[in-house]
Amino acid sequence: MAEILLETRDLNRFFGGLRAVADVSLRAMRGQIKAVIGPNGAGKTTLFNLISGNLRPQSGSVRFRGQEITRLKPYMIARRGIFRTFQTTRLFAHMSVLENVMVGRHTCSRAGFLACMLNVPWKWPEERAIRGKAMETLRSLGLEGYAEETAQNLPFGRQRMVEFARALATEPQLLLLDEPAAGLNVHETAELSDLLLAIRDRGITLLVVEHDMSLVMDISDEIVVLDRGSVIAEGKPEDIQRDERVVRIYLGEERAE
Amino acid sequence: MRWKRLAPVAVLIVLVILIQLVFSAADAVYYLTQLTMSAYYCLVAIGLCLLMGHTGQISLGHAGFFAIGGYTSAVLTTVNLLPHAGSGFVRFLGRIGFVVRRVDLYGEEILSVSPWIAFLAAVILALVVAFVIGLPATRLKGHYLAMATLGFGVIIHAVALGTAVLGESDGISGVPGFRLFLGLEVNGRLKFRVQNYYIAWFLIVAALLLAMNLIHSRVGRALRAIHGSEQAASSLGINPARYKLTVFVFSAVLAAVGGSFAAHYNGGIGPSEATVMKSVRYVAIVAVGGMSNLWGIVLMGMLLNFLSLRGYFGSYDDAVFAAILIGIMLFAPRGILRLPLLDSVRRLAGAGRGALARAGGPLAGILARRGGERKDGEAPGERHG
Repeated sequence: MAEILLETRDLNRFFGGLRAVADVSLRAMRGQIKAVIGPNGAGKTTLFNLISGNLRPQSGSVRFRGQEITRLKPYMIARRGIFRTFQTTRLFAHMSVLENVMVGRHTCSRAGFLACMLNVPWKWPEERAIRGKAMETLRSLGLEGYAEETAQNLPFGRQRMVEFARALATEPQLLLLDEPAAGLNVHETAELSDLLLAIRDRGITLLVVEHDMSLVMDISDEIVVLDRGSVIAEGKPEDIQRDERVVRIYLGEERAE
Repeated sequence: MRWKRLAPVAVLIVLVILIQLVFSAADAVYYLTQLTMSAYYCLVAIGLCLLMGHTGQISLGHAGFFAIGGYTSAVLTTVNLLPHAGSGFVRFLGRIGFVVRRVDLYGEEILSVSPWIAFLAAVILALVVAFVIGLPATRLKGHYLAMATLGFGVIIHAVALGTAVLGESDGISGVPGFRLFLGLEVNGRLKFRVQNYYIAWFLIVAALLLAMNLIHSRVGRALRAIHGSEQAASSLGINPARYKLTVFVFSAVLAAVGGSFAAHYNGGIGPSEATVMKSVRYVAIVAVGGMSNLWGIVLMGMLLNFLSLRGYFGSYDDAVFAAILIGIMLFAPRGILRLPLLDSVRRLAGAGRGALARAGGPLAGILARRGGERKDGEAPGERHG
């Protein structure tokens, strides 16, 4: 059960003189929701970018299911089963909701350039499967009524959900969610919390950067706290709530932000 | 679904036939000449549509690929190998049918490369050149491909102007007809005029079908995803560099096919086909047609090229295309068929249709499965402007 799915070791990333991520070592176990929290500028998003391959670390390593993925390109990392969402939703604005989710099936399908251009009959079942699976994913999130809408015409909260649908359609092993609750209203956040638990129940591991503390405390199995690029605390939600350093950072006792 | 997609193609074919019948009946087949040439230019625009409209990459050098196609065919089919006819290599080429004897414009017998082989060489050369330019340029985000192709276009024009074999500023003439099969021949002479109109349109329809298949496929969606957000696309496992390169190479090959056929049809090709302004003209046609709208691009490409070839723009030819480009960018960035005014009419007509489709609250499915209950924060169907 407690398989180490993702492990970073002594990860470092500098931006000029700024040490955005400093010697970060953390582990995510299969099937858990792990939250990464910390004040603005703590290096949370940078850490995500290092894991997903959007940035390369100056030193340190990232291992996924025991294999080194440190310097792979983002699309290669995705093909291994790690998918991410972004702080600002990145739907393909001019494509329909259904098509957006269908793109999520990219790694699960094969048809190449020539086969697609010649529309060869032996690729039709694959295309049908892509469409079917995408529709099924939309239905499971109650979004099927939006399938033919252009993505950019949806209200913000729905766009977020479509982005989840797209990420889920990939059949991920690990999902990196960068501030999934940002910009959602209270109802939507509550829905999100249920959704994340449901995703975990499907056996998908979640690494979540989030500012909404009540959401984090509600759903996380474990929490990592980053400050100025370093891990300052790690543990169960109730331990983190009691941790003095964490409290000090969040209440800003000695520091002026 | 599939029929819905093919219906416009059928309409197009009927239109093409009607146009020919009308012009023939009116004894005005000379119009078909310009329509044939326009069709070859349209081929370039269709490739560019996939590249620009669907993948979000700009090429300012597609006239260069058109010229590569045209010049390769022209040079190889007009070169005279007769003085070397005795050499073993040329005899070998003759035996496998790569070189053929024919009588040139002045009644002399020459030995030159078969148009089929020249055509293949043209396509392969365009493919290789596009690959070499595209390989580094598509690995980078942003407008590197535009820069690289701009430089490429300038070089091709300079080479065409400055190389003796390519006829310098005169270009190459005396290019023979290209015998295809079943008596069909790409040839500009009067008696071939009607069939050439159909040959050119056959290419357009074929390219359209290929492009439409691609757009509505896994790869097409990947292309549009790259256009939408390269970062999001690659986070979903799409390799942007590979797809950008493939589309670029394909569009270059289409341009070369157009160039090769046009050279046979015109009986020659000159450096004016390779100017940067020609490349800008292709970009303008794609923009005015609506970037990703194949039908708009074919329509506007035919119309504008026809007017230009008939000389309606006079000496302001290039200026007209440049002005169109500016106008489109300012007033109708989604193309002439999607002018803001037309669009709002369309929206009014289509309103209400979408609202009916939406039933069942968001997340209803997954919550039901978890046995949870929750009120929707938002009524289904409620939308922001």
